[in-house]
Amino acid sequence: MTLKLAYFEINDIVFGQETIIDGSTLVINRESLENTLKTSDKRISAIGLHTAMPGDSTRILCVKDVIEPRCKIKGTELGVGNTHILKNVAVVTCGKIVGFQEGIIDMSGPGAAHTPFSATLNVVLDIQVVPGLSPHEHEEVVRLTGLTAATLLAQTSTNKNPTRVETYPPIDPAAVPSSLPRIAYVYMLLSQGLLHDTYVLEENAKQGLPRILEHTLLLDGAIISGNCVSACDKNTTYHHQNNPVLRELLREHHKRLSLVGVVLTNEPISLDAKKKSAQQSVELVQTLKADGAIMSKEGFGNPDTDQMLLIRGLEEAGIPTVALTDEFAGANGCSQSLADSTPQAIAMVSVGNANERILLSPLEQLLGPISDLTKLAGAYPHSLHDDGSMEVELQAIIGATNELGWQTLRCREV
Amino acid sequence: MSIQYRIIHCLNQFFGGIGGEEQASTPPSLFSGARGPGMLLQKEFPQIEIAATLVFGDNYVAENPEAAIREILGLLTPYCTENRPDLLVAGPAFNAGRYGIACGAICQAVQEELDLPAVTGMYPNNPAVELYRLHTFIARTSDNVMGMADAIGNMIPLGLKLVREEEVWPEKDGYLLQGKRKNIFVRETGAKRAVTMLLARMNGEPFTTEYPMPVFDRAEPAPPIKDMGQARLALVTSGGIVPKGNPDRIEAANAQRFGTYSLKGLQALSAQTHQTAHGGYDPTYANQDPNRVLPLDAVRELEAEGAIGSLHEYYYATVGNATSVENARKYGQQIAKILVADGVQAVILTST
Repeated sequence: MTLKLAYFEINDIVFGQETIIDGSTLVINRESLENTLKTSDKRISAIGLHTAMPGDSTRILCVKDVIEPRCKIKGTELGVGNTHILKNVAVVTCGKIVGFQEGIIDMSGPGAAHTPFSATLNVVLDIQVVPGLSPHEHEEVVRLTGLTAATLLAQTSTNKNPTRVETYPPIDPAAVPSSLPRIAYVYMLLSQGLLHDTYVLEENAKQGLPRILEHTLLLDGAIISGNCVSACDKNTTYHHQNNPVLRELLREHHKRLSLVGVVLTNEPISLDAKKKSAQQSVELVQTLKADGAIMSKEGFGNPDTDQMLLIRGLEEAGIPTVALTDEFAGANGCSQSLADSTPQAIAMVSVGNANERILLSPLEQLLGPISDLTKLAGAYPHSLHDDGSMEVELQAIIGATNELGWQTLRCREV
Repeated sequence: MSIQYRIIHCLNQFFGGIGGEEQASTPPSLFSGARGPGMLLQKEFPQIEIAATLVFGDNYVAENPEAAIREILGLLTPYCTENRPDLLVAGPAFNAGRYGIACGAICQAVQEELDLPAVTGMYPNNPAVELYRLHTFIARTSDNVMGMADAIGNMIPLGLKLVREEEVWPEKDGYLLQGKRKNIFVRETGAKRAVTMLLARMNGEPFTTEYPMPVFDRAEPAPPIKDMGQARLALVTSGGIVPKGNPDRIEAANAQRFGTYSLKGLQALSAQTHQTAHGGYDPTYANQDPNRVLPLDAVRELEAEGAIGSLHEYYYATVGNATSVENARKYGQQIAKILVADGVQAVILTST
C-alpha cells in the first residue's frame, strides 16, 4: 500500500508536431491539444493555449486554478502505486470573471516574487464557454478542462524513466517512536458553497467533513480546488498536490516528530455548523492521541471564526497548536488583522498582509480575458494606469499569502 | 560640509531656555536659529541648519492640546510656505509625559496639516508613546537628559531618511514600534516556520507568535448604586497622595508599587500629614492641601450628613505618571480585590 511519486523534470516547453517529452523538454502539438480539449466538453465554445515561462514579460489574468500535470500508471486507485508528475510544469486555467476573485500571475517584475507560478513552466488555457451557462457550470467546465489537460500532458511520460522517485509508505499511528511528539495536521478547506467549493475524492467538501484522510491520498491529489475566493489565499489544486505543511511534517517524521494523521475539516457558513465541525475535528485529533497540532487555512473573514474555534477547542483539550493565517490589516497596516480572535491563539504564523499594495510594472504580453481587469478583488477602478502598470493589493495575486505556508512572505509589527 | 537640510526644532520651556516648572504655562513662541540641544544637533550634523526653534510650556500644550496645536500651526505655517524647511524635529522628550504629548501632537499635526516630515524621540515607557506612535516616528531614547547625544544620533538620521523617503525599520533605524503591520520576505517558508514553532512549543522552548491576538480591555461600567445612603465608599488615587515623607518610596514616575494608608481618625488631610509623590505635575497645590487630590474632607462631610453609608478605612495611592498599562492594570486588580473583600460598593478614583 505504498505510493510512489515519479518525477519527470521538465526544463522547457515548445510547440511541435507531437505532444511528447523530448529529453527534458515538453513538446506540445498546440492545435491538436486545443481541439482535444474543446471536444472533451460540449460547453466549451473556444479555447486558447499559450505558454508563459519564468522571466517572460507576461501577465496572466483572471486565473481560476493552477494544476500540476499528473497521471496514474498501472491501476487507477488513488494513494497507492505509481503516479507520474511533470515537475516544474503547471496548467493555468483562465476564464471570464465569475466570482470577482480570479487572480493575477506575473512572470517577471515585482509581482513575480509574490506567486509560486512565476517560477513554473506554464501551459495557460484561456477557456470560453457557450452562452447561457450558470456560474457554477462555467466553473465546472473550466475546472474539468484544466484537469483533463493536466492528465493528457502527464501521460506523455508513460513509457519514460523518471528523474527521481519518492516513496511514501502508509503511517501506522500506533507504531511511532514514543520519544517523539505526536503531531496531527488540521487541514481547513473552503467549503462555503456558492463558488466557494473544494472537492475531496471527487465529493464536495461541504459534505463528509471533518474526517481523517491518509497522507498518501493527499500527496496523490485527493483535493481539487473549485473556488473563487481571493487569489492570494485560495489554495489552488497545485498547492494541494504539493501541500508544504504536509511535506515539512513528512520531512521531520521519525526525526523530530511523528505525524500521526491529517484531519480534513470544512469551513461551513452557519455558526452552529462551525461549532459542530470544530468540536468533531478536535475529537478526531484526540482519537489520533496527538500531543500537538499544526493548522492551515483557506480564505479569510468568515474562516477566521472556524480557525479560532478550532484553536480554542484544541488548546482547551490540552493540544498545543500552531496555526497559519494571513492578515487583512488595511493598506497602511493599521487595522486589526482578523475578523475574529481568541486568547488561546498564542502561536500564529502570519503569511502576510493581503491588503498591502504593490505596483505591478507594465508587461508586454497579457494572457486571459483582459477586459475584466479592474473588477478583480484587490484591484481598484483606477488600478490600471495609462502606461500599463497596475496598482493592486497582494490579494489579487495567486498564492501571494498562501495559508498552507508556501511563500516566504510574512507580516510583522513595525 | 555645506548645509543640505533646514529643520525646525521644537523644545519645551526647560530645554528652550525659558525656565523650569514655573514657566510650564508659557505660550508657544518661535525663535530664529538653534537653542539648547539644537546647538549640539548642529554640531553633530554639520549638514543641518536649524532655521527656527519653537519653544512652548509643557502645561500650555498638555492642558489644552487642540488649541495649542492650532496656535503652533499658525506660527509655523508662514515658515512652511516660503523657504520651506525639510523636517520638523521635536524634543527629545525622554520620559517626560507632558513634553512627550506636546512633541507627539506637534509631529502629527505638521505631517497631516503642513505635509512636513517630522520626528521626535522618547523613552519607550513615556505615556505619549502609546498615544502617538501610530501617527509619527518616535526615535528610541534613554529616560533622561544624560542620553541627549544618543537621542539626537537616533532622531536625525531617521528624520533625514523620512525626508528622502527611504525605507525605515524599527531595529535598524532605532525607532519605537508603531503598531503597524508590514510585509517582509524571510528565509523560510510559512510551513517551515510553523513546524519550527510547533517543535519549540512541544519542547518547552521559547517561541514568538507572528501575530499576537488583538485584545481590547473594556471596563464595563458597574450598575448604578441604588442607595448611596447605605453604600460603603473607598478613595483611590493615581495622583500620588502619600503620608508625609513617602514611606513606601513610591516612584515619581513609572511607579512600581501602590501604597495602602489608614484614614482612621482623620477628618481631612493636611500639609502637615500628607504630600504628593507625583512627578508629573506641579506639586505646589497638592502639597498645600492634599484634599485637592484625595477629597477626604468632602467625603467626611457627606458621611456626617448620611449621604454615604460609610468610608473604607484605608485609601490606596499610586503615581500614574509614565506608569505602564500593564502595571496599572495589576495595581487596579490588587486594590479591587481588597475592596471587594471589605464589602466596598463604590470608589472615587481621582487622577491628575
